[in-house]
Amino acid sequence: MGERQYKSEIRAHLASKKKGKWFERSISPLLTVLASISVLTTIGIVFTLLKEAYHFFQETSVWDFITGIEWTPFFASDPKYGIWALVSGTFTITVIAILFAAPIGLAIAIYLSEYASDKVRRILKPILEILAGIPTIVYGYFALTFVTPLLQEVFPELSRFNALSPGLVLGVMIIPSIASLSEDAMTAVPQAIRQGAYALGATRLEAAIQVVLPAALSGIVASMVLAVSRAIGETMIVTVAGGSSPNFGFHPMESVQTMTAYIVQVSTGDAGYGSTLYYSIYAVGFMLFLFTFVMNIFSRYISRKFREEY
Amino acid sequence: MKQMNREVVTNKMNRRLKMNTLAKWIFFGITLLILCILVILLVRIFSQGMAYFDWHFLTNFASRRAENAGILGPLVGSLMLMVVVIPIALILGIGTAIYLEEYAKKNWFTHFIETNIQNLAGVPSIVFGLLGLTIFVNVFGMGPSILAGGLTLALLVLPIIVVTAQEAIRAVPNHLAHASLGLGATKWQTIQKVILPSALPGILTGSILALSRAIGETAPLIVVGALVFVNYLPSGFMDGFAAIPIQIYNWTIRPQEEFQQLAAAGIILMLILLIVLNATAVWLRNKLNRKQQ
Repeated sequence: MGERQYKSEIRAHLASKKKGKWFERSISPLLTVLASISVLTTIGIVFTLLKEAYHFFQETSVWDFITGIEWTPFFASDPKYGIWALVSGTFTITVIAILFAAPIGLAIAIYLSEYASDKVRRILKPILEILAGIPTIVYGYFALTFVTPLLQEVFPELSRFNALSPGLVLGVMIIPSIASLSEDAMTAVPQAIRQGAYALGATRLEAAIQVVLPAALSGIVASMVLAVSRAIGETMIVTVAGGSSPNFGFHPMESVQTMTAYIVQVSTGDAGYGSTLYYSIYAVGFMLFLFTFVMNIFSRYISRKFREEY
Repeated sequence: MKQMNREVVTNKMNRRLKMNTLAKWIFFGITLLILCILVILLVRIFSQGMAYFDWHFLTNFASRRAENAGILGPLVGSLMLMVVVIPIALILGIGTAIYLEEYAKKNWFTHFIETNIQNLAGVPSIVFGLLGLTIFVNVFGMGPSILAGGLTLALLVLPIIVVTAQEAIRAVPNHLAHASLGLGATKWQTIQKVILPSALPGILTGSILALSRAIGETAPLIVVGALVFVNYLPSGFMDGFAAIPIQIYNWTIRPQEEFQQLAAAGIILMLILLIVLNATAVWLRNKLNRKQQ
């Protein structure tokens, strides 16, 4: 190999290395930009909700909105926008869902973490994952066409659209997340603590209830709060089976309307862009965002603050 | 000293043991109850929907007459949505995960992004719909198009992909990266040739999970303005569209029994898509894992 050729090869190599360096350097800023999109999304959500809700509050007083209990946006004259009618619908269904799901989810968590053998656990956990992965519209279909008629056999006074049926089905939907997050919290309790209880003569049940459960309480409560947050934000089940009657109060047997169902109702109707009706879904969306945001923060706070450290 | 009464102790012990056994069976029964609900749900859907689930259903457009109705429009709409969602969500999600795991310094900005992603994961899907309606449909002027719907769904599933990809990247043993860097590879070469291939099975699983979520989402698409009645095939990504879950919704809320059976048939189609997707994920993961070993 001649010297000249050798030199030119080195030169080519250095040139490519320089080019490589330039390429290497551009990666980090590029990825920073990609990562910023998630931040932009949050900013976009807050900005969008506030901006459009601002238009809404040009026509409706904020005070009436956050204190009113009548929701009659479709009235041609003097429509009322009192958010509590929708909030109470949301809470009615959420309360039913969590009352149904909390004990069942907890029981499953205890069974999986304290009683089940590895083999049983390997079968049951994927089943829970399947339940968690079913699209919510499927649950909505199930609530309206199966659960409601079934419940009507038991309670003849139950109307076709009601809070009870979507509440129960919503409960089924959030059971997997309660069960699996609570189980994680209980499995994280060190084995030594359990064995200490057994050594003192505790049965499995006593160890589970009196030792493991209190130790894992922060994680369990956090899982429930998270489940409540998901129930508040759930849309399709409550839209399909809950109805569209925004009545203030706790009426499990009657048609209700949740915040999410209202947004769907307006979206599927023909509210023109720029009408008060159109802007009202952003005001409702903002309330929804606020409720779930606070719940999520609260859930993380509980699991961090009250975690038992071993 | 008071002596223990053997009989009392035995009785008490027996009662406690019985309670334990009883509780075990109650917990087990409750767990089985959930299994039963899943079975009832599936049986109900298949018994209602099988009558309508045939070739005609897959190859025809929606109709006002139940016996003529098909799901072709929404099926194509859903597939085209995925064509938008997959590249965007994957590039954004995996890029963010690589940044957070490999490039970001441990400072407030990194912490802020991570907290932000956790919060985004908890935002109700319908709120993403409101975001899409304002930003994509109105501000960017995309109208209620497949592109607008797909972008909305991509942002919705972004947190799932980021978090699972982060976990997968974190799980790659450090010595692999060290070996690569020691041989003179640059940081990006190491990420591209060593870390990503090794994290691929995990990333793939997370991505499939995210796509499953996107296929079944109804609420954000309704808000963005998806159509409920489509009797043409979209010719491009700027066209209006329907999606499978929206069609299911539309059929479910009709009072007539036949339309609810159509809804069940639509659910069967959606479940089949989900099963195929997840089975592919499992298959790919096994294949990749074997190759690595």
